[in-house]
Amino acid sequence: MPEANSEPIVALRDVHQSFGDVEVLKGVSFGVAKGGVVCIIGPSGSGKSTLLRCINGLVPIKSGSIRVADFEVHNLHTDQEKIALRKEVSMVFQQYNLFPHKTALENVMMAPIYVLKEDPKEVRERAIALLTKVGLAAKQDAYPGELSGGQQQRVAIARSLAMRPEVMLFDEVTAALDPETVKEVLNTIRELAREGMTCILVTHEMRFARELADEVLFTDGGTIVESGRPAELFDHPRKDRTRAFLSQIL
Amino acid sequence: MQLVWDWFRWLNESTGINLTIFYDQFDRSRFASGFLMTVKLSVICIVSSVVIGVVGAWIQGSRLRVARTIVHWYIQAFRNTPPLVQLYFFYFGLGSLLKAAGGGPLITNVTWAIVSLSFFAGAFNVEIFRSGIEAVPRTTLEAAESLGFSRAQAYLRIVLPLAFRISLPALNNNLVNLVKTTTLAYAIAVPEMLYVSSQIWSDELNVPVMMNVLLICYFVLVGILVYLMHRWERAIRVPGFGI
Ligand SMILES: Nc1ncnc2c1ncn2[C@@H]1O[C@H](COP(=O)(O)OP(=O)(O)OP(=O)(O)O)[C@@H](O)[C@H]1O
Ligand SMILES: [Mg+2]
Repeated sequence: MPEANSEPIVALRDVHQSFGDVEVLKGVSFGVAKGGVVCIIGPSGSGKSTLLRCINGLVPIKSGSIRVADFEVHNLHTDQEKIALRKEVSMVFQQYNLFPHKTALENVMMAPIYVLKEDPKEVRERAIALLTKVGLAAKQDAYPGELSGGQQQRVAIARSLAMRPEVMLFDEVTAALDPETVKEVLNTIRELAREGMTCILVTHEMRFARELADEVLFTDGGTIVESGRPAELFDHPRKDRTRAFLSQIL
Repeated sequence: MQLVWDWFRWLNESTGINLTIFYDQFDRSRFASGFLMTVKLSVICIVSSVVIGVVGAWIQGSRLRVARTIVHWYIQAFRNTPPLVQLYFFYFGLGSLLKAAGGGPLITNVTWAIVSLSFFAGAFNVEIFRSGIEAVPRTTLEAAESLGFSRAQAYLRIVLPLAFRISLPALNNNLVNLVKTTTLAYAIAVPEMLYVSSQIWSDELNVPVMMNVLLICYFVLVGILVYLMHRWERAIRVPGFGI
């Protein structure tokens, strides 16, 4: 549980973002306390991925502000500043996006060595520890092509953790997996959340959201339609739009 | 060794298969130098055309609009014209403009052949590498970016190694073609294998025999290249990735 009065580690204020003439985010504001878990749900195309990519600084925003820890994400210019941000916040993707020509271990080691310029021997030890943590110590020399979807996704999580981020972003990380392997990935994320990692997840795993989330945001058409504690939002949605969406997926 | 040469002399006397390139000292040395010239042309052109390909593909992905346009027209020019015409253009066109002080050519025909053939094969290599780079999923690059890799690092460590593996089969084809195209240097009197062979067969009147010798030599040369490329392809192959 986040402390009620602590300053949020992630804070978005009136974020607007558009691709060409199409406005994809139309004024999004929310905050996440340190150690908090926020789940974002919403129909396809509502801007969930775009929102995470903005927080990660992958795409610049048109207006508003995004703050992560001490970084004004909307105000980063030099590569150094961006790299510093990557140390705070790391993202895991739906399609894993591992580097196919590197082994599981190398995938985890690359960013700390080349981006953070840390000592390869130390990084190696940490990488092995991380792979052990996600249950893949035995697969450290396997290439992504030799791993199942669930295993690849867990390597991807280890790869993100190797940057020692304060905040983790998960974008529908179980959407491409079969139900059996979904569990192993969710277990990994659950463990992280319990250890106090701040997490923002886009997910359609409602049971998981209900169990772990401190807050659920329902987005549609580039805005947050409704937000609240999972029990409230899932059981007593106030807006018709939320009710319609939930009735479709529950 | 003398025994071998004598055997070829005997072969000629008893069957009429006249391989002067073995038993005749003079023909032997000019054929050997032609063979080496072909190898030299091939190796230099392979290396420089690959360099042109990598640099060109890199420029095509850059933000410099002028540079991109230049590379675009370079590719169009060299892809849409016959290599023999290009060779003539360089040697007779540009070559005659660049005269040394004494009136002789500033750049030798061998150099022109290397330049011309490298740019010819290089134009295709640019296209080959570019499509390899484009085949690397954008999302892979995005993952690198989200881990803090700079653009240059992401290209060097991730995009290029992947693009290279994707490009190898097409690159193989183009390089094989390049080795075969070195015979065009004959047209500007570069003493490569075809050129010296034609000299030999006009002196010795053994045209059919020399034709077969040429076929076998090119077959072996290209075979070696294909074998090396194949070994390399296997060495850098990654389980579960593409090709
Ligand atoms: N690079 C881009 N260029 C143009 N439009 C884009 C781009 N990326 C996303 N969009 C548009 O922005 C809108 C929001 O996309 P986004 O991927 O954020 O949605 P999403 O909520 O993550 O959807 P899904 O659940 O399908 O992943 C969509 O209408 C999409 O077409
Ligand atoms: Mg999405």
